[in-house]
Amino acid sequence: MELTGAEIVVRFLKDHGVRYIFGYPGGAVLHIYDALYKQKDVEHILVRHEQGATHMADGYARVTGQAGVVLVTSGPGATNAVTGIATAHMDSAPMVVITGQVPRHAIGSDAFQEVDCVGITRPCVKHNYLVKDAGSLARTLREAFYVAESGRPGPVVVDVPKDVTADRAWYEYPAEVSLRSYNPVTRGHPYQIRQAADLILSARRPMVYTGGGVVLGDASEPLVELTRFLGYPITNTLMGLGAYPGTDPQFVGMLGMHGTYEANMAMHECDVLIAIGARFDDRVVGDPKQFCPHARIVHVDIDPSSISKTIQVDVPIVGPVRGILEELLAALGESNRRPDEAALKAWWKRIDGWRGNDCLRYERGSDLIKPQYVVEKLYEVTDGEAFVTSDVGQHQMWAAQFYPFAKPRRWVNSGGLGTMGFGLPAAMGVQFAYPDAPVACITGEGSIVMCIQELSCAKQYRLPIKVVNLNNRYLGMVRQWQEFMYENRESESYLDSLPDFVKLAESFGHVGMLVERPGDVEGALREAFALRDRLVFMDFITDQSENVYPMMMAGKGQTDMVLRELA
Amino acid sequence: MQRLISILLENEPGALARVAGLFSARGYNIESLSVAPTEDPTMSRLTLATNGDDAVIEQITKQLHKLIDVIRLVDLTDGRYVERELMLIKVRASEPWRDGVRHLAEIFRGRILDVAGSSFVIELTGSRQKLDAFIDALDERCILEVVRSGAMGVGRGDRSLRA
Repeated sequence: MELTGAEIVVRFLKDHGVRYIFGYPGGAVLHIYDALYKQKDVEHILVRHEQGATHMADGYARVTGQAGVVLVTSGPGATNAVTGIATAHMDSAPMVVITGQVPRHAIGSDAFQEVDCVGITRPCVKHNYLVKDAGSLARTLREAFYVAESGRPGPVVVDVPKDVTADRAWYEYPAEVSLRSYNPVTRGHPYQIRQAADLILSARRPMVYTGGGVVLGDASEPLVELTRFLGYPITNTLMGLGAYPGTDPQFVGMLGMHGTYEANMAMHECDVLIAIGARFDDRVVGDPKQFCPHARIVHVDIDPSSISKTIQVDVPIVGPVRGILEELLAALGESNRRPDEAALKAWWKRIDGWRGNDCLRYERGSDLIKPQYVVEKLYEVTDGEAFVTSDVGQHQMWAAQFYPFAKPRRWVNSGGLGTMGFGLPAAMGVQFAYPDAPVACITGEGSIVMCIQELSCAKQYRLPIKVVNLNNRYLGMVRQWQEFMYENRESESYLDSLPDFVKLAESFGHVGMLVERPGDVEGALREAFALRDRLVFMDFITDQSENVYPMMMAGKGQTDMVLRELA
Repeated sequence: MQRLISILLENEPGALARVAGLFSARGYNIESLSVAPTEDPTMSRLTLATNGDDAVIEQITKQLHKLIDVIRLVDLTDGRYVERELMLIKVRASEPWRDGVRHLAEIFRGRILDVAGSSFVIELTGSRQKLDAFIDALDERCILEVVRSGAMGVGRGDRSLRA
């Protein structure tokens, strides 16, 4: 059928099965908004700032595995979206961002609300397009979704000039999509898998280290099966939490800068490292020269450029994690070797010794609310079943340390880019995907105000999110670094003139709670989660001096950890 | 080490910017870059001269592969290949240099494309080293302009880079 470009965009989204688009109207996308008005299949969510739209789409994508969809106007609409696009790019979240553009004849003329969107977003997208004619809209959008969701996922921007949305063209949903220059690997190399199986079974001090790739690749099941079959210790990165049950005895906790003592020590001492869907990020590795000095390394990853980028590996396997783990399991089963029981027993004994350090301990019985205690109580009150998003800083690390996730796609945070302001809109995206599930946003008084305007959007769509604000009146992680590395010079890290968050929440039409005593923490959480149809903003006034421990100092070795000293 | 990487690229606006942007964003060097459409107008062939140790070159080729617009690529320096670069060089041809310049151009098998009272334009093709050698052999006071195409290369024999 013949449709206008705007109708093609909307009709395509419907035909592709898109339920929500997160957006904000403006001049260059008015034809598309008019086409949206005339239908009911695709629901548009009106955000309050384009950054919020991208984080919502991102949150939606991370818990569903489907690309989140964003629609913004040209110029400032596009530039406001850039932070969210870069956030999704760093964490490999699938997203399709449709940006309006000035009419074709005006491109390059410094027209009103014109910006080179394709140019600005080029370094922080998986791919982007400028659509030149209405006839290529459907194919371009189809490609955009395919590229965003396949291989190592990521954001794709489609920039659409306004006159293209007015032109008419023949529309048919493109059933097939193929790109001659883009063919993600669909299977790991069988020889490499056999090599990996041999190396894995030769280990005396093995370590499984998995990252966000296991979550993105829906490979949690074979990972659990593999790890239990081998009986090896396993650690997850910040992005990989939930891929392996956080309460399982084989799980030694998160690794890296704020990882557990036992995880980092076991990494340093292991003789075979099995890295799966993880990218040896600097927050995990520290100093590359001191990283896992005794280990031979297997590395499974869908992105060839992740392999031997910072750390040279011995057995690389490129391909989708799920299929590779299934084949690896089969190869291990077929081998006549078995893990070395005696060596493994001795290895676990050493690990249990490190565990005895109880590195996540903190002072109990304080008169002040300890932020760790709030997260622990949140875990109890939600039976460990909540979807949890976070912002960036100390609270993010406490969430990762004290909420042991049982399932993948339950923990949503900005690990790569570290974007403050991510938590609230991401939680909203999660709530759209799972309207009846408990969704908590663990945040701080610094981060939350960076996208606070979305409380208005949350009211409009009646999203019953529970905001857990760990309010220490400081940019806590900045203050902690200043304490450790700058002799306590608290340069610009104290947040003066904070709003009254209870009144602020109420002014947006939500429920606000102020919690100042440790004895009130659990009651407040229970009361909040009982309000199933309301957003509740809980402002927990926490101990200002609390630090995140352990801490592996940036650029140092894995064993170079600062541990908490308790009286 | 000096490397010559040959890339088949979608002939789309912005494709070249993706390649150039990758190098600047990740801190890799581009020594020279030459690009033009192939016999199939939907594809461009790009030859890129760069340097770095093996790990850097491995990352460069992997990151290039990741660009959706990159169809195929080969590191020509991994095997046998032919390399050429074109140079147009304008030199002072007044006395006392006039005969010396002409003689040197002959030795390097250059062609004089333009003769003016006080200058010549010389065309020279060859490997980068040959062009460098010609420039070194000239008295630097007589060089007026140097225009180089950037290195181009193609694999020898059965080595072909096709879509």
